Amino acid sequence: MTGQYRENAEGVDVRYVANLARLDLTDEEVELFQGQLENILGYVEQLQELNVDGIEPTAHAISVDNVFRRDEALLFEGAENIPKNFPAENQQLVSVPKIIE
Amino acid sequence: MGDLHTYTLAGLQGMLADGRCSSVDIVNDVLASIDRTDGRVQAYVDIDRETALAEAAASDKMRAEGDSRMLLGIPLGVKDILNVEGQPCSCGSKLLKPYRSVYDATSVAKLKAEGAIMLGRLNMDEFGMGSTTENSSDQVTRNPWDVGKVPGGSSGGSAAAVAADSAIAALGSDTGGSIRQPASFCGCVGFKPSYGRVSRFGLTAYASSLDQVGTLTKDVRDAAILLEILAGHDHRDSTALETPVEDYSAVLEQDLNGVRIGLAKDFFVEGIHADVSEAVNKAVEHYQSLGAEIVDVSIPHLKYAIATYYVIATAEASTNLARYDGIRYGDRKDGDNPIAISCATRAAGFGTEVKRRIILGTYVLSSGYYDAYYLRAQKVRSLLRHDFEQAFASCDAMLTPVAPTPAYPIGSVLSDPLEMYLGDICTVPANLAGLCGLSQPCGFSAEGLPIGMQLLGPAGGEASLLRIGYQYEQSTEWHLRKPELEVSA
Repeated sequence: MTGQYRENAEGVDVRYVANLARLDLTDEEVELFQGQLENILGYVEQLQELNVDGIEPTAHAISVDNVFRRDEALLFEGAENIPKNFPAENQQLVSVPKIIE
Repeated sequence: MGDLHTYTLAGLQGMLADGRCSSVDIVNDVLASIDRTDGRVQAYVDIDRETALAEAAASDKMRAEGDSRMLLGIPLGVKDILNVEGQPCSCGSKLLKPYRSVYDATSVAKLKAEGAIMLGRLNMDEFGMGSTTENSSDQVTRNPWDVGKVPGGSSGGSAAAVAADSAIAALGSDTGGSIRQPASFCGCVGFKPSYGRVSRFGLTAYASSLDQVGTLTKDVRDAAILLEILAGHDHRDSTALETPVEDYSAVLEQDLNGVRIGLAKDFFVEGIHADVSEAVNKAVEHYQSLGAEIVDVSIPHLKYAIATYYVIATAEASTNLARYDGIRYGDRKDGDNPIAISCATRAAGFGTEVKRRIILGTYVLSSGYYDAYYLRAQKVRSLLRHDFEQAFASCDAMLTPVAPTPAYPIGSVLSDPLEMYLGDICTVPANLAGLCGLSQPCGFSAEGLPIGMQLLGPAGGEASLLRIGYQYEQSTEWHLRKPELEVSA
């Protein structure tokens, strides 16, 4: 069980991946996840045993081809309640910090 | 009345139709049962008493005026991951604590259209991620058969409430076993329809190629009754299949002569609890006595199912949960810019298991690793689907354990996530292959904990699967046993 996956797993840069995922982690979390992810990825390594040449990947268990419907605007009832869930609201609009200087 | 909370859905339909009870009586009995037992079980995270009683009174009035809708005035529980307008939908997450639904999930809307009352919200592992319901920011739900044991998960609140008779029936969701495994641990019936059979509009997404809405009920007939209402296409969910909805209740009574039940040794995994394999093997014998033919089948790639599942599910989760950025809803934390807001909001809002899965999912999708992990897992998923196609060519349903063990002690797998994941070996294949799966009681461990068996059917095979489950259930008495919560109260 020491194939290329195992090496990859040991090389997980948890803080780098957490940044990609927009997650601040504490040092304790980084340490905890480092060991656990290596353990899990070490287990996942067994997928390497299989020959999957020529096998089509499955994206959905039951493949549905393009589903069409008329491009019609439908009324969403209760839209006036959506702003109630905004963390910060200003005149029914979501308030956010400045994005572009 | 006093004991209406112990009735099945079908039983209450009869009582209401005959005028032997009112909807107000039912809601009162269920609320009283919650008051007596839920302090110990901790299944509910929110209960809307006033609305439920008002709707019950309104239902009684409508019934007096001739309304005979299927679920008129019957209260149901909902897993805290499905939207019910005006109710919280926090998915077990601190991040969504302030959230109030502004619309009904299609599954909820369909139940409401038949007159059902959405009584309360049931606890779960955060965003469906977990097999114990310990990964909830609200509370730890307890197994009604032994409050020191987990109820299973992630629909642990739904299963525990139904088992404790504090819900008549409940909605759940199943991404890798989240309906079937808690049903097994708590001794009730859990049904995951085939992928696409029930609309997922309004179901908070975990892993979109695997998620399915289903039910936790006291018996198989109730599962059939609910599926008839829930199934069908929805223009708001393009994966909801257009295939016709069958009359699932109508075929339940057909006997099992000529039915072939497949048994695959692969599911009796290393380390399986002796009481579990014994109970499932006795169920096999029972099926033979009912006239079913037992055939040997094989799922050669089963041993790869967990690895495949945890790559695909976490990858999809990492993208689905990207929406919780603290901008449009949720408990926003401060930051100088949107990225800092996101990082801080997610750090404070997500629990450990969710963070772990997001990081794993982000990793397997990241540059340089996509082919080695995600693409490879999708290909192994094809191999597994093919195994099931082969198996269902020679049988109508497969009989397997639901979980390798009965319920285990609270806290026992928290430090070892991989160990928890390995317990999903019998349930994840149905999600990977899009099958329908039914979990129902088939025995008890020496310790007195429920044991479930799983029936798997091909995609779209709900009618046959429910009938096969019903025939077993009606000729056994496992589903009638109740935990002693009330007695020890």
